[in-house]
Amino acid sequence: MAGGPHDKETVKYVGDSRVRATRERLLPKPYSEYPGKTEPFFPNFLLKEWMAAVVFLIGFMVLVVSHPAPLESHAADPNDTSYIPLPDWYFLFLYQLLKKIPGDMIVLGTVVIPGFFSLLFLLAPWLDRSPERRPWKRPIATTIMLFVIASIVYLTYEAVAQHKMQLEESASAAEQAPAPPPAPAPTESAAFDPEQAYMQSCSACHGQDLKGTPAAPSLIGLSLSTDEVVDIMTNGIGVMPAGRFQGTDEQKKQLAEWVLSHQ
Amino acid sequence: MRKMYDWLDERLDLSPIWRDIADHEVPEHVNPAHHFSAFVYCFGGLTFFTVVIQILSGMFLVMYYTPDIVNAFNSVKYLQTEVAFGYIVRGMHHWGASVVIVMLFLHTLRVFFTGSYKKPREMNWVVGVLLFATILGLGFTGYLLPWDNKAYFATKVGLEIAETVPLVGPYIKTFLAGGDIVGASTLTRFFAIHVFFLPGILLALLAAHFILIRRQGISGPL
Repeated sequence: MAGGPHDKETVKYVGDSRVRATRERLLPKPYSEYPGKTEPFFPNFLLKEWMAAVVFLIGFMVLVVSHPAPLESHAADPNDTSYIPLPDWYFLFLYQLLKKIPGDMIVLGTVVIPGFFSLLFLLAPWLDRSPERRPWKRPIATTIMLFVIASIVYLTYEAVAQHKMQLEESASAAEQAPAPPPAPAPTESAAFDPEQAYMQSCSACHGQDLKGTPAAPSLIGLSLSTDEVVDIMTNGIGVMPAGRFQGTDEQKKQLAEWVLSHQ
Repeated sequence: MRKMYDWLDERLDLSPIWRDIADHEVPEHVNPAHHFSAFVYCFGGLTFFTVVIQILSGMFLVMYYTPDIVNAFNSVKYLQTEVAFGYIVRGMHHWGASVVIVMLFLHTLRVFFTGSYKKPREMNWVVGVLLFATILGLGFTGYLLPWDNKAYFATKVGLEIAETVPLVGPYIKTFLAGGDIVGASTLTRFFAIHVFFLPGILLALLAAHFILIRRQGISGPL
């Protein structure tokens, strides 16, 4: 019967001088909620947790002291066009995913695929609604998660491997760079040198050897017509901005032909 | 001590608060002292522990850091090479940023594979996913702050990628960069986001995460 004066729901005026305060004893909660060997959180379990945290902290500090945080020798130079950018390691898989997608479908890599999996992740409790909790009894959820983990590990590994390769390539390219460039053959268009134009306008993203960088794909062995390349040069494509190379239509055509000559 | 507690308790009614925070049982199946495999339940605590390391080391870093493009790099270099223990504090923040992601990832996998996000804990899962996003945001904004080439070009590429998002992309880029290029206003924005906005969100979400876990208790054995 509800509503009696000793009902639990009765409002309690704590500290009101007109009402005698009844002090509750600080009793431990019943152990019956979880059968088995339970342990009070404070201080017993917290002490053990703290010991585990100290072991973790020691390992962490050994890492910190033995491996100083990296810092390059000079401040950022926005004009340094040869720098090969690399995001922090936990974004590498997204970056690598982006590189695998052709320029005109870039939205797949920036929004659709990551967005789809993020949404699956966020809504997991409403997609996987059965009361079953053991992973081997809910194969769909487990399979998807294992697939995602495997993809992340693979993409990260591939990104690191490719970045290493690019660093080695750019290092060997820098060694070869000081060699004097061959004198340009005099032609009727002597004033315009497509190679020089490429080095000025395109090499920052597509690499000095046209092999591409993380910012842009390789230009070797393109199966495009001259006009198509001129169009991309003029209007951009995917992440490539329009009008990176400013020149006459004739010069654009020459530059496109020069790019396409690398097969 | 006892008297002091009683004095405060009489006025503030501390006992219920204390009961909510600390006075609960830890069940056997999450206690590594009973089942060693229960160490997988430690990752959440270790994530929090690393977050505390990040907050403390970050507070000391801000004592030396200057968020402008002329001095940012030099202030970090000064801290790294000249200040006593400066390289240790910066190292803790640098490595802690990676460790927190690893621990967070392991904690997420534990929660996922034990199905702990199921009824009635759906909301806590959502709060956790938001925490994950917040911490990734902290990683992205913090990466720019040393202002060396690595920081600069990673952010530049990151913002160029954000720009390709249909409809909102250019707005996101302008909002984050504070202009057309990655420059002085980008650095101050990233600094503000990294030091004020995201930590505020992080603490609010952490509070929600902990209140929910105390309210609902830890999920039972498999």
